[in-house]
Amino acid sequence: MPAKKKESADSAVATAPRLAVRKTYKLFIGGAFPRSESGRTYVVADSKGQFVANAAQASRKDARDAVLAARAAFGKWSGATAYNKGQVIYRVAEMLEGRRDEFTALEVPASEVDEAIDRLVWYAGWTDKLAQVVGGANPVAGPYFNISSPEPSGVVAVVAPSQPTLLGLVSVIAPAMATGNTVIVITDAPRVAITLAEVLATSDVPGGVVNILTGSAAEVAPWLASHSDVNGLDLTGVADTKLALELEQAAAETLKRVRRPAAGLDWTADPGLAPMTAYLETKTVWHPKGL
Amino acid sequence: MSAFEYAPAPESRSIVKLQPSYGLFIDGEFTDGAGSFKTISPASEEVLAEIAEASTADVDRAVKAARRAYTDVWGSMPGRERAKYLFRIARIIAERSRELAVLESLNNGKPIKESRDVDVPLAAAHFFYYAGWADKLPYAGFGADPRPLGVAGQVIPWNFPLLMLAWKIAPALAAGNTVVLKPAETTPLTALLFAEICQQADLPPGVVNIVTGAGETGAALVNHPDVDKVAFTGSTEVGRIIARAVAGTNKKVTLELGGKAANIVFDDAAIDQAVEGIVNGIFFNQGHVCCAGSRLLVQESVADQLLESLKRRMATLRVGDPLDKNTDVGAINSAEQLSRIKALAEIGSAEGAERWSPACELPERGFWFAPTIFTGVSQAHRIAREEIFGPVLSVLTFRTPGEAIEKANNTPYGLSAGIWSEKGSRILAVADQLRAGVVWANTFNKFDPTSPFGGYKESGYGREGGRHGLEAYLAG
Repeated sequence: MPAKKKESADSAVATAPRLAVRKTYKLFIGGAFPRSESGRTYVVADSKGQFVANAAQASRKDARDAVLAARAAFGKWSGATAYNKGQVIYRVAEMLEGRRDEFTALEVPASEVDEAIDRLVWYAGWTDKLAQVVGGANPVAGPYFNISSPEPSGVVAVVAPSQPTLLGLVSVIAPAMATGNTVIVITDAPRVAITLAEVLATSDVPGGVVNILTGSAAEVAPWLASHSDVNGLDLTGVADTKLALELEQAAAETLKRVRRPAAGLDWTADPGLAPMTAYLETKTVWHPKGL
Repeated sequence: MSAFEYAPAPESRSIVKLQPSYGLFIDGEFTDGAGSFKTISPASEEVLAEIAEASTADVDRAVKAARRAYTDVWGSMPGRERAKYLFRIARIIAERSRELAVLESLNNGKPIKESRDVDVPLAAAHFFYYAGWADKLPYAGFGADPRPLGVAGQVIPWNFPLLMLAWKIAPALAAGNTVVLKPAETTPLTALLFAEICQQADLPPGVVNIVTGAGETGAALVNHPDVDKVAFTGSTEVGRIIARAVAGTNKKVTLELGGKAANIVFDDAAIDQAVEGIVNGIFFNQGHVCCAGSRLLVQESVADQLLESLKRRMATLRVGDPLDKNTDVGAINSAEQLSRIKALAEIGSAEGAERWSPACELPERGFWFAPTIFTGVSQAHRIAREEIFGPVLSVLTFRTPGEAIEKANNTPYGLSAGIWSEKGSRILAVADQLRAGVVWANTFNKFDPTSPFGGYKESGYGREGGRHGLEAYLAG
């Protein structure tokens, strides 16, 4: 009965649930989403332990590529007007608001998405105010124009906290961005981080300003801590004190600005100026006055 | 060469009463140290005094005295009272300025006109400036109730002994910290005279402690577990060691390290002014200046004219007795530093740069190095990359502003830079792009207590001077 068999096959097609198109979680470097150069991935499970993705596992080479991308982006981003940087970061907040369901689907609490959006708005407003708060004219004892202004340290490598995933990422990326630095983030929350990368990629953030490496901080962070073209190191997400010490010691060789906030940070509290001033230099310019 | 011959005009040494030996200043008194060493005049190699060398145990005594003073007296003293002690110190420095200047030139080798007109007045001004902050800290922008950190361990270099002491001690005390300071091994004398000034000011015992010695004494201080804050000015090499040593601790650190500043002369610069600035930039204090303009970047079209003027000007520099009021360039601070300068200068010649010094008679005794320039220097040459810390200028050329900026920033250092141009918009655009903590435009080597000073990149972190300088000594 070949005719009946055919009919059965047709109805099976019609009634089978649609197979979802899964997202491939790759890295975010220089505005592109490459796989790890090492070809490695690692299994990501949801809170019930079910397989959800093979995320890219960043390597030393990926870290070095990210430094190149961040350095290449630094000139333009640090030179952008404060107004422009504020507009771009505000745009990130807008995009995140529009994609909030993507994050709640990844088990990020709705209240955390709210906090993350509000934090971006807060930092967006800081870009064109910080110079007046932390810089200014210096009344030197002589006929000289003398002014101090904050400038970004350069390329900042950050180990993002494991929790809270989204608010933690935003809270370490936004202050470095707002001050004109370019950032390389290491995270072990690949789905949230790469979804945030998609927000950044559609928000007028120039490629290379934020680069995201998913994988193991213990493996990748030492290469960034010792890299000569990295200026700052944020150890917020390093819970292991032995690793934190090793990274800080490695960073000492190139005199990086190292930030190691006290444990037990309240992520919903006012962050204060410290996350921004950690990666700022003060430049003082003198010029004689005369007729 | 010079148009005028100058008769000797030596400043009298009689104002300085040198003691045969000096102890450590701990808890308000001079006490013996574990060992001793001799301090000399680098201009004559004459032994000036025997100086106590602090051991680890001596450093521990000093830190304990500082802790006691912090807990019992200074940390809780109202700011307006702390302020008055600092104002007193500022006044006594001014009152004893001639004595301090002579002693500084004697022990350091720098010309008396510099110690008299720069080092000592700026040191007094620094105390006067920070004195005024002591009762205004809630207005400094570091929180409504900023607190001192506790005990500061401070290690300073030999190039501006008293001035670096002032940069370290004044903000620390104003913020309510107590200090243990280690002066450089070769220049302890003005710090020890400063200890006497603290006594004259009736500063409570233990608020300022001075421990003399070499690297080991400094390491004992930096590594002491009861030190809350480390402040260091010196070489990048030692800065790395300190950064590594304090890693993982809760010590707050500021580092003011080496430099290889570019001094950029554009074709529209006022050449005579630029030449004065170049000379000041590299020959001030024998080039023993971390922010010295040691790389001259001159636009190709004016290079020949500028170098001709520069050489003519260099021929008029008077090198010799630091105590002579006509002296422009004094003695190199130590035999060790002299051999480093000589070694790098020889490398400069060996790598193919062309060396030039004016005809210049150097004294037979002491440590001397004639003002020197190297032309035909490329960016790869060691004399273009390494800090020489002596009166040696490396000259490079450029064609476009973009090339000048690229070359200026092509260094792991980032302490200072100079720009010479008559075009305002160009000065501001170039200043924006230079990665350096201090940019002098149409001037060089200017310092002021209100003006933050410190580096980018491997020139260290933190700022000294101004409101910014308080941050290093406060917990917000």
